[in-house]
Amino acid sequence: MKILIKHPRVIDPVQALDGVRDILIEHGKIKKVAEGLQDEAARVIDASGCIALPGLVDMHVHLREPGREDKETIASGTRAALFGGVTSVLAMPNTAPAIDSVAHIRLLKERIRKTAAANVYICAAITKGRQGKELTPFAQLKAEGALAISDDGSSVDSTALMFEAFKSAKEHDLLVICHCQDSALSGSGVVNLGFTSTRTGLRGISSESEFRRVERDLGLAAEAGARVHIAHVSCRESVALIAAAKKKGVRVTAETAPHYFTLTEESVLGYDTNMKMNPPLRSAEDRQALRQALGDGTIDIIASDHAPHTENEKEIEFERAEFGVIGLQTELSLAINELLEPGFLDWTGLVQRISLAPARVLGLHKGTLGIGVDADIVIVDPRKDWVVTKESLVSKSKNSSFLGKRLPGTVAYTICNGVLAYENQREAPQHPKGGG
Amino acid sequence: MKEKAKVLDNEALSRSLIRIAHEILEKNKGTDELCLIGIRTRGAYLARRLADCIKRIDNALVPVGSLDITLYRDDLTLVAAQPVVHKTEIGFDITAKNVILVDDVLYTGRTIRAALDALIDFGRPKNIQLAVLIDRGHRELPIRADFVGKNIPTAQSETVEVRLQEVDGKDEVAIVEKG
Amino acid sequence: MLWKRKDLLGLEELTPEEIGFILSTAESFKEVTTREIKKVPALRGKTVVNLFYEPSTRTRISFEIAAKRLSADVINIATETSSVQKGETLIDTGTNIEALKADIIVMRHNCSGAAAILARHVGISVVNAGDGWHEHPTQALLDMFTLKEKLGRIKDMKVSIVGDIAHSRVARSNIWGLTKLGARVTVCAPPMLIPPGIERMGVSVTHRIEEALREADAVNVLRMQFERDTQGAFPLQLEYFQDFGITQERIQKAKKGILVMHPGPLNRGIEIESSVADGENSVILEQVTNGIAVRMAVLFLVSQGREQKNEDLN
Repeated sequence: MKILIKHPRVIDPVQALDGVRDILIEHGKIKKVAEGLQDEAARVIDASGCIALPGLVDMHVHLREPGREDKETIASGTRAALFGGVTSVLAMPNTAPAIDSVAHIRLLKERIRKTAAANVYICAAITKGRQGKELTPFAQLKAEGALAISDDGSSVDSTALMFEAFKSAKEHDLLVICHCQDSALSGSGVVNLGFTSTRTGLRGISSESEFRRVERDLGLAAEAGARVHIAHVSCRESVALIAAAKKKGVRVTAETAPHYFTLTEESVLGYDTNMKMNPPLRSAEDRQALRQALGDGTIDIIASDHAPHTENEKEIEFERAEFGVIGLQTELSLAINELLEPGFLDWTGLVQRISLAPARVLGLHKGTLGIGVDADIVIVDPRKDWVVTKESLVSKSKNSSFLGKRLPGTVAYTICNGVLAYENQREAPQHPKGGG
Repeated sequence: MKEKAKVLDNEALSRSLIRIAHEILEKNKGTDELCLIGIRTRGAYLARRLADCIKRIDNALVPVGSLDITLYRDDLTLVAAQPVVHKTEIGFDITAKNVILVDDVLYTGRTIRAALDALIDFGRPKNIQLAVLIDRGHRELPIRADFVGKNIPTAQSETVEVRLQEVDGKDEVAIVEKG
Repeated sequence: MLWKRKDLLGLEELTPEEIGFILSTAESFKEVTTREIKKVPALRGKTVVNLFYEPSTRTRISFEIAAKRLSADVINIATETSSVQKGETLIDTGTNIEALKADIIVMRHNCSGAAAILARHVGISVVNAGDGWHEHPTQALLDMFTLKEKLGRIKDMKVSIVGDIAHSRVARSNIWGLTKLGARVTVCAPPMLIPPGIERMGVSVTHRIEEALREADAVNVLRMQFERDTQGAFPLQLEYFQDFGITQERIQKAKKGILVMHPGPLNRGIEIESSVADGENSVILEQVTNGIAVRMAVLFLVSQGREQKNEDLN
């Protein structure tokens, strides 16, 4: 199957390209990127006025399979990804069972092979059962295909064990993704500690519970010489620690999620459980620091931390509701709205944060539109807004922080591995089907 | 709201009250065991004025109270304008008293029904008599006034507005067309 | 003014006018409570459900008496006798009560925000009788009613709230209500019991009881719950009494005529000395009496607020 995308504005940081070109796709790869391309046999997509980006690489996604298929499945989660322009995801290992053994990776790979609609990569657990007691067999996990290790959802509390993990990860050249939370400090908190927790009468989670653990893990990683990636950075102190570590040459990358650079703690005042996540929404100053850090590259990556939960787990008392919100379908629009339009990033910078940097961190030859690269492309119409509704969200769970919000940037087409995997039926004009 | 006719002016209103005061004294043979209880808002002011008239005629002080009937209304769920609960002030025991219940306009009788219920909760009067400034007809309950300032035939589409110095800055009664 | 709210969830969301309106309506109801026959037919045919997820005898009884004096039927649901323990969700319980055609739910819940969540999911009125550490609006209203009755006004009065501010819904509701009506509020507690950012609610903070009492027109003494588990961040009982206990000696050094208030139940000898609780400055029992008038006013107003809303729909 051949696809010819006509007249989009093409953004590719690797080629330093930002201009109107045509893109020809053949055999799943990008064949040509040039002006005035013609191909009789190709299906032609008229992308005039649209922007073509390398498909989004989201390195923080909870697909919930195996174990909690009522929340999400590999099939439903990857479908939501395609709707959001995301062509590759890194699946987090806090499933039931946790992805902590070769057998579990094999099982997961089999399910991915059968049901995934987009590229799914595997992150394995650092400790067995994510219990923080005993390390998983890193070498075997890597050999079986794990691209990274993480106990995401919790932090490894034992400093000694975490140091062992970093040393072993260094030895096997595995990326360690750190969920930074000192649970002794965060306690049973549910919102940011401060005026908001006082006002709502909800227990607070201090920024300190995050950045103390960032500090520890950066120190351990530096000493071990390992590659460390700090997940879902939420506060300005963490940003400062990461900046300092980068300056010293620590092999650190970091991500934050759209809700942290979009919302503040004030959003929880109505006890909307779709504003409950871990780490919690922080202050306006923290949000500003995150936006600037994404602008200057201190934070390298935007990742959704897509965390589906059923209505039963969310439509309850705030303190009892699950932490986490979905985000695959809204991350591109939020990045446009909150980072591109206010000028923190231009399109090239945005592609770096949301496609190229995560691809590089994971060692994937993606995030670029170079010749011969897997044809993962999202075509977004920046002129068209859309409204986030339960109906427009295709994830099995609807726990979005942005329900009812109008957002800019509609994904018109998503091409994954050279196949037109998603086409916005309501928005896109009808095209004659091409051959190939 | 369009004003159709002025029914009583300042002087006529005052004359009506004096006459009612005389009638009350006559029927009750003086002021023994007599008390006045006005229904808020305007009935309360009228009761006070009647007491003043009685004092001028008979040189006797009659206890005056005011009654808020909001909590006894049978139309709490229907009224468009939300009722405001005011204080009831009856600083004396009404048991075995001749109670003159005072209101500005007698119409359907439902307000008086509520007032009777409320009064009974305060004690067991010897009797309750009703004095109104205006009786405009259209009764929906078997209730009649013992003392009437003026009978005014009205249409259902009309409202009778009693305006008093204490609330409205002038004394007069007018018929206005609704809506 | 018109009362438009079907629910009373907290004082933070009310305007000063709305708070003033509740208090003046409560004055009318206080007259009712002084009558020989203390019952009026205002809520005849209505059903009030007391839904209590936390044990509370006094608040529940106060609401029950208030509802009964308005001629409403009252059903009490406590956690140990309902399907709550079988794992029914709050929203399911609420919608079931609504389907039973009750008119008002009075809810006490140990989770902050529970009343707000319930009110979003049912069309009938919800009155918050205390949610977690968040708010206890009727307690604050009866405290304010008592202050107004005793002091003549609330504006410019100096009120000190002493005790575990961090974990107190009574403190939060009082702070919102009093500051909205122009009182000058000081909170007094050991640092560990002062929640972060509390001064942004418009109060002064002190850690010295003498300072809190020196100029205060009234002191509201919170109940101390030393059994509370807060990860060891709690003062010792004896130490607390020495440093913050409301003693006769301290009251004698305070402003003359200072009103002593307490939301109950009293911990005699723990946060307040018996002689003070029973002494001439104490208005603690009057608070209890006023609670009925205030709750009658609240139940009456929310029922009217809802009628108003239904009419708008028609």
